[in-house]
Amino acid sequence: MTSEPLDAARLPPSGLHGLNLSWSRLETVEIDGNARTFHFLDTQTAAEEQFDLTVLCVHGNPSWSYLWRNLLANLPAGVRGIAVDHLDMGFSDRTGTYRRLAQRIDDLTALTNHLELTGPVVTVAHDWGGPISLGWALRHLDQLAGVVLTNTAVHQPQDAAAPRIIRTVRSKSALRRTTVDTTGFITGAFEMSKPRTPPHIRAGFLAPYETPQRRQAIQHFVEDIPLEDDHPTAGTLDDIADGLGHLADTPSLLLWGAKDPVFSDLYLHDLEARLPHADVHRWPNAGHFVTEDAPAAAAIVDWLSTLKTRAAPVAHQSAPTTLLEHVSAPDRRDRLAIAEMTDGQNAITFGDLSERIESTASGLAAHGVQPGDRVAIMVPPGIELAAITYGCWRLGAVAVLVDGALTPPQMTAALKAAYPKYLIGIDRALAASRALRWPGERIALTAASGPHARLINAAADLQTLRANATADHSRPLPNESSEAAVIFTSGSTGPSKGVRYTHGQIASQRDIISEIYSIRPDDSLVAAFAPFALYGPMLGISSVVPDMDVSSPASITARTLAEAVAAIDATMVFASPAALASTIRTQADIAPRHRGALTHVRLLLSAGAPIRTDLFDQAQAVFPNAVAYTPYGMTEILPVSTISLPEIHEAGTGNGVCVGRPVPGVDVQIRPYDDAMSADGQASFGEIAVKAPHARLAYDRLWHTTFLASQPTGWHCTGDVGYLDDSGRLWMAGRLADVVTTTVGPIAPVRLEQAIEALPGVAMAAIVGVGPHDNQQVVAVVQLDTPPKKAGLADLVLIDSVRRAAAATNHGDVVAVLSVPALPVDRRHNSKIDRGRLRKWATDVLTGKPIGTP
Amino acid sequence: MKILVTGSTSMIGRAIVDRLVARGDQVSTIQRSPSGRTDVTETQGSITDIDSVTRAVAGQDAVLHLAAKVDIMGDLDEYVRVNVEGTTNMISAAREAGVTRFVTTSSPSVAHGGESISGAGAEPANPDATRGNYATTKAMAEQLALAASTDAMPIVAIRPHLVIGPGDTQLVERVLDRARSGRMPLIGTGLALVDVTWVDNAADALIAAVDQCHNLGGQAFVVSNGEPRTVHELIGRITQAAGVDWSPRSVPRKVAIFGGSLAEKVWERTGREDEPPMTAFGAEQLSTAHWFDQRDTRAALDWEPRVSLEEGFARLGEHYA
Repeated sequence: MTSEPLDAARLPPSGLHGLNLSWSRLETVEIDGNARTFHFLDTQTAAEEQFDLTVLCVHGNPSWSYLWRNLLANLPAGVRGIAVDHLDMGFSDRTGTYRRLAQRIDDLTALTNHLELTGPVVTVAHDWGGPISLGWALRHLDQLAGVVLTNTAVHQPQDAAAPRIIRTVRSKSALRRTTVDTTGFITGAFEMSKPRTPPHIRAGFLAPYETPQRRQAIQHFVEDIPLEDDHPTAGTLDDIADGLGHLADTPSLLLWGAKDPVFSDLYLHDLEARLPHADVHRWPNAGHFVTEDAPAAAAIVDWLSTLKTRAAPVAHQSAPTTLLEHVSAPDRRDRLAIAEMTDGQNAITFGDLSERIESTASGLAAHGVQPGDRVAIMVPPGIELAAITYGCWRLGAVAVLVDGALTPPQMTAALKAAYPKYLIGIDRALAASRALRWPGERIALTAASGPHARLINAAADLQTLRANATADHSRPLPNESSEAAVIFTSGSTGPSKGVRYTHGQIASQRDIISEIYSIRPDDSLVAAFAPFALYGPMLGISSVVPDMDVSSPASITARTLAEAVAAIDATMVFASPAALASTIRTQADIAPRHRGALTHVRLLLSAGAPIRTDLFDQAQAVFPNAVAYTPYGMTEILPVSTISLPEIHEAGTGNGVCVGRPVPGVDVQIRPYDDAMSADGQASFGEIAVKAPHARLAYDRLWHTTFLASQPTGWHCTGDVGYLDDSGRLWMAGRLADVVTTTVGPIAPVRLEQAIEALPGVAMAAIVGVGPHDNQQVVAVVQLDTPPKKAGLADLVLIDSVRRAAAATNHGDVVAVLSVPALPVDRRHNSKIDRGRLRKWATDVLTGKPIGTP
Repeated sequence: MKILVTGSTSMIGRAIVDRLVARGDQVSTIQRSPSGRTDVTETQGSITDIDSVTRAVAGQDAVLHLAAKVDIMGDLDEYVRVNVEGTTNMISAAREAGVTRFVTTSSPSVAHGGESISGAGAEPANPDATRGNYATTKAMAEQLALAASTDAMPIVAIRPHLVIGPGDTQLVERVLDRARSGRMPLIGTGLALVDVTWVDNAADALIAAVDQCHNLGGQAFVVSNGEPRTVHELIGRITQAAGVDWSPRSVPRKVAIFGGSLAEKVWERTGREDEPPMTAFGAEQLSTAHWFDQRDTRAALDWEPRVSLEEGFARLGEHYA
């Protein structure tokens, strides 16, 4: 024993928020002939406790084991948590030595040897703890049960500069001042937290770093980042990065705060490439300390629970995709595939479309697009959208499809999350892509020149790629289990989530739609709801896209719709409720010569949002011989069920809207709400869960969201509430998050909203709850036919009518009826009310705060 | 049961005495001047006078203590004398006399300052947080009363929130007076949710507390109709019932609170006995939410409000017809 520590290891002081002091341990280990004392947290507080698994948590810089307090506190029985303070960090010895990465891996190994940690271990690490934990993991592959990494890195990507913050701190002038002389590096790190870490938690992180002497290793850690090739640690880190190939069979989880200015998405994508099998959850709004900013500890705990049931990975032995079989069927070659009513009339036959798909696939392949690469496609519905999307599928590339109705910030968020390698788009999309720094190498549709070309700065154009490529019909098709698409739709609340689909799942969806609506080869379709522009050709039927603005379905008029119907003598019209409402409003403008064609329509489908029955009746009247249907479903599973207009009338009123019987192959379960009955005695009321062959694969880079929405495995929890009636019909009563929890039980909003919307003078109504959970009061917010300029209390007569309606539907007391100029609705459908936002607004207003606008 | 009711000439006092007499209880009262009622035994005197209190409680099984100084303005000393000393007089005399049930009326304002309350229960009284002499002295009285609860004489505090009904001078008549003279503005938005208690329900709840007294010693309960309403709607309903024209006009909250505290100072300095047009406490009360969790109260008292607000305002309309 040769050297005495400058400052000996000790136990943390009491009073650090969230830290269980009974976990604190000091152990002295001999390292290179010196006695070194570690401080660490250990949830094993009695020697006789038995564990199946140990979670070994490794902090980064500047931090200490305090970082893992929430994870340790939530570990399930049978899992031991150990969170180590590195030497010279936290409350471990201040050795007065200079410890680099290789040494720190030795240190950790020495401690685990001392602790005789021989059973299965999952390593969990943050920041520069990542390489240390991976170094340990690669030495202990035989006992390694899993790897969890949060905002870390093992490699500086070739084409990217090191993070500016690290370069700045590393500069001679700043290094000692920020890391040792002051607590600047620590407090600065927390300035990066989103949302701001509360002061009492920051105090916990600062506790072991009170004096310059105690902070010396913070400087050493920063200096040990190998920014240069000849750096003493470069070799160690490269070995670790190269060694990750050994983890191909090790369950891995990457958790990421995307607002980290140091370990940005760049490093996430680098790790994803090295650990392609890893589960990934990325929080778009969390910062560097992801365990502080997001529920990462809960995600780790849930992930650990999946380790036991993980089957060994099997090689995919699935059949080739059938997605394009109807498009390329030889007997359809001369039939019309797609007609566009926009910009004059463009049309393409199935034969030509097939050729264009082949040349697209070959052109993209020649440009370097590989099977599995993500390609964002930002093209309006029509021939090119189909040709490019199907071309990607032909090649095995994954189409990233972003709803055109998303706002630019929402599109930016979606594309940053999906991280496509390429972006094919119309010029306007490419210009936006460049201006807003969307990821993905830009590919234009046609060659451009002059200032315009400089503006969009595309790397290539599809026209040239197609012309130069030789079609390769022998190119193998991707498998059914290959990923086909990541789809972002415009939710009414929260950030849009990417939903991943395989070829097989989309093919199942196509087949189920074909089956339930008895689609025949001689049918033809007007796709007045954007997504269906892709389904028509897949179904093998002729489609026409009416003249419309993609981002606004209400831009469809009766005249344009009738023109489209007449153009291909359509037998089916698929539209959104907003498009149908616009059609009804403008039906006087239909050209007389088109009216006859409307009588040939046999099927009217309303999709995308719930439709009011009175509106549906009027829409059906525009197509006198059509049977009107509306499917129920969501981006994750469509359709779940379907119902015809006569069946809607037959069902009458209930708690919510009747959405029909589950379609063939779909299983529906009702998960009891809170073990309580609903207010109107509907015992089986609860969340609607669905199992279907055409259900989504997963949410993209949202492992925990997928996990929580997939209980048990194979099911999808829809977030809608409802019930199955005695004759097996499904009723949808609202969103789970919008249920009002009153003292007499949970109340779903839809039924009372419908009753209020039936009152004279009311255009739209929303029900929200204010007050504490289980003691919420019901509040109605209405938009009148003639709305007031400012929000306020509705008049007493309307309030009386609303209360009578509530009493008649068994919804208890409505404490207030607020009348607003306009209810907050989604951009695409103008009908999905943002009740979360409205609830917050009503809560503020009804406590006396200023009214403002909802 | 032989029961003494203090403050029996108030609106709620009359309602309670009517009910107790109707169900066959032997009712006594204590008040400063004769009420003219023949169905009760009256003691003339004040609750601040220990001799008259001692006389009044003699031979009683139960005491229902309603008497209080509720005025908007006045010296703290006077509030202390009536609300605090009056209550302790009643408790000690009742204990001496062998009374076995004691229910005292309190106010939800004993536990709160000026903040909004949305769905809270009956928090402990806190004289340090209260606003205004009334709430402060009621908080002190409730603390003393609950601390004095024993197995032999359990004491329960009931806090009815904004009791209204026909003949109510505290809220209804004030609103109507001001509406008639065009001086009834909304403070702030008028959209804060407020609980009120229809007088019959408050009376039922207080009697229920006497009946359940043995199970509830030392506890306080907020009582309301459990139908929170916006201040705007309440004023609208009251003026509509009385046939008084009223159109809402808004005074900014901060202006009202400032004006209220200014008026209080002027009235204090000049010794005016009448009511100022607004007090800071009043302005705060009318511009922040005050509604309560009624689940524990209803379970503990085995009581439900029988008169809904809809029914109540219809009765108010008949009263003014």
